[in-house]
Amino acid sequence: MTIDIKPDLYAQVPDEHGRFGIYGGKFVAETLMSALAELESLYNDLKDDPAFLREFDLDLTHYVGRPSPLYEAARWSDKIGGGRIYLKREDLNHTGAHKVNNTIGQALLAKYMGKKRVIAETGAGQHGVASATVAARLGLECHVFMGEEDIKRQALNVYRMKLLGAEVIPVTSGSKTLKDAMNEALRDWVTNVDNTFYIIGTVAGPHPYPMLVRDFQSVIGREARVQSLNMTGKLPDALVACVGGGSNAIGLFHPFLSDNKVAMYGVEAGGKGVETGEHAAPLSAGIPGVLHGNRTYLMQDENGQIMHTHSVSAGLDYPGVGPEHAWLKDIGRVNYVDATDAEALAAFHRVTRVEGIIPALETAHALAYAEKLAAEMVPDQHIIVNLSGRGDKDILTVAEIDGIDLGIS
Amino acid sequence: MSRLGPLFDQLRAENRRAVIPYLVAGDPDEALTVPLMHSLVEAGADIIEVGVPFSDPMSEGPTIQKGHERALEGGTSLLSTLSLVKQFRETNAYTPLVLMGYANPLERKGYAAVADACAEAGIDGLITVDLPPEEVTAMNAELRRQKIDNIFLISPTTSDARITTITAQASGFIYYVALKGVTGAGHLDTDAVEAHLETIRQHTSLPVAVGFGIKDADTAATLARCADAVVVGSALVELVANDLGTDGSYDSAISGAHSLISSIRNGVNLATSN
Repeated sequence: MTIDIKPDLYAQVPDEHGRFGIYGGKFVAETLMSALAELESLYNDLKDDPAFLREFDLDLTHYVGRPSPLYEAARWSDKIGGGRIYLKREDLNHTGAHKVNNTIGQALLAKYMGKKRVIAETGAGQHGVASATVAARLGLECHVFMGEEDIKRQALNVYRMKLLGAEVIPVTSGSKTLKDAMNEALRDWVTNVDNTFYIIGTVAGPHPYPMLVRDFQSVIGREARVQSLNMTGKLPDALVACVGGGSNAIGLFHPFLSDNKVAMYGVEAGGKGVETGEHAAPLSAGIPGVLHGNRTYLMQDENGQIMHTHSVSAGLDYPGVGPEHAWLKDIGRVNYVDATDAEALAAFHRVTRVEGIIPALETAHALAYAEKLAAEMVPDQHIIVNLSGRGDKDILTVAEIDGIDLGIS
Repeated sequence: MSRLGPLFDQLRAENRRAVIPYLVAGDPDEALTVPLMHSLVEAGADIIEVGVPFSDPMSEGPTIQKGHERALEGGTSLLSTLSLVKQFRETNAYTPLVLMGYANPLERKGYAAVADACAEAGIDGLITVDLPPEEVTAMNAELRRQKIDNIFLISPTTSDARITTITAQASGFIYYVALKGVTGAGHLDTDAVEAHLETIRQHTSLPVAVGFGIKDADTAATLARCADAVVVGSALVELVANDLGTDGSYDSAISGAHSLISSIRNGVNLATSN
């Protein structure tokens, strides 16, 4: 489905109620409404404030190491033999993923609000690490909620957070993954709302989070746009990014939305195959509903219970998705596709061996789809893939899948 | 037609306060729910809040979360909750029943269908934790069509301006969340509650119930001096979970619940009798 879209449409969402079409909103308990209103009002004051933006930019430059390079994966592209693939190297950011762009921004907001305690939820641990990092730097108390299952599969990131001085709180309710970590973070926030800033890690949650996380992550797409023009003399033919909650994808896509000729592909976690039901692909196989403060596509049963998800990558293992993605799907601007665990693992190994870049398993889903897409293109076309994070954290998982005992547990 | 308005009119005329126990439908088993509800009424409950199990009950503390998990394991849904309500109504046509839950199970069935099914089952009001006034318009229109009350939460962080917005859309009663936190938390400040209730009453003549953190007869009695109703949730859910007989019988859970609600009933009555 496509409709004729006015270019400025994308600047008009979310509306004043935080809605992207029918999606988004503020579906939270009354106790949190005043905190959301306070955050929204502060952000509206700051988002165009030159001093705030300069502070954010300086941190991105000197602490994160931006701009991240746009790199032509020449050898990999040659092997595929179709369109050229460029990688937006968010893995080279401080802490190793795009997540830090957002935590830098939200930590600044916490500072402006005078909050001394921050909390965060995390799946793969990248957002937890990025939150613990900015908390250490600003001297804030930091508590990270993480599902017990994810703590097992992301032991390295758990220890990184502890080294950084954060407390990692295991979440044992429900499916013991990212969804439940977010429930627990919301419960903490409702209890400690006076002194606590909740650093949400993705473009989900209640308004204004999907908007402000998008704005902080859009630096990815703004840079990529300029870099593409400088390196190739034109805009890319396609953008590809993995989608769990969808923050790295929206960050890359957003500055290109009005460029109608740039095709966009959000790659969800197909798990064992969307047809098996064991996946984490709500845009491919979900139904709109309400969870974690917003209306969006959800994996849910006929009674409205949220279903368990499956993905080899902890960061994509989430039954919902940011509301702006739900809207972009419905209006037909972005194509949402999926890559299975097996496809992602194959791409993980291929890019590691061919380009010398070990990608995160989340990112590997985008790489798997980009490979298919490039094969259908001609060499004067090019794709930008968001290389959203590095894969060091996933090495134990990959070794285990490949049946290799590293002698550490 | 909701039974809540007439009940509160009567209670006010008699200078009495309502006792509202909360249970999770189907916790741990649908066979317990209806006998438990009858026993609560016999022990002095004026209204019963029936929790609709949800996979992600974000405002609940650990005790009620576990109740939701047990109920879901047994397969309880919104529709089977309403079947239990119908069974209760076969022998009790007068006790107001309020469904408390989360938006997604309602969204999944569609608001119009939910309002119709609630009316048919004999539900008097709904409390939907994650449908604040900003998001409730569509739901409220359907509830009004079926003359079911929509009961809103007001919390310690609700500003005066928001109280006005909320009370303009509310009916039945107002549910004041006594603390910043989840259900069953342990840091209730009764003086602060009293002060907030005075503020709320400047904005509305609706009855005000107080819940979250009321564990025993003493706290209930203290709050009954300033509130129109007290809600007891986690204490009851915990007691039922602990008193489940190993022989598969629910007798001790039902008698334990009966004595808890009786003692709260007595505490509340004593507090308002002088």
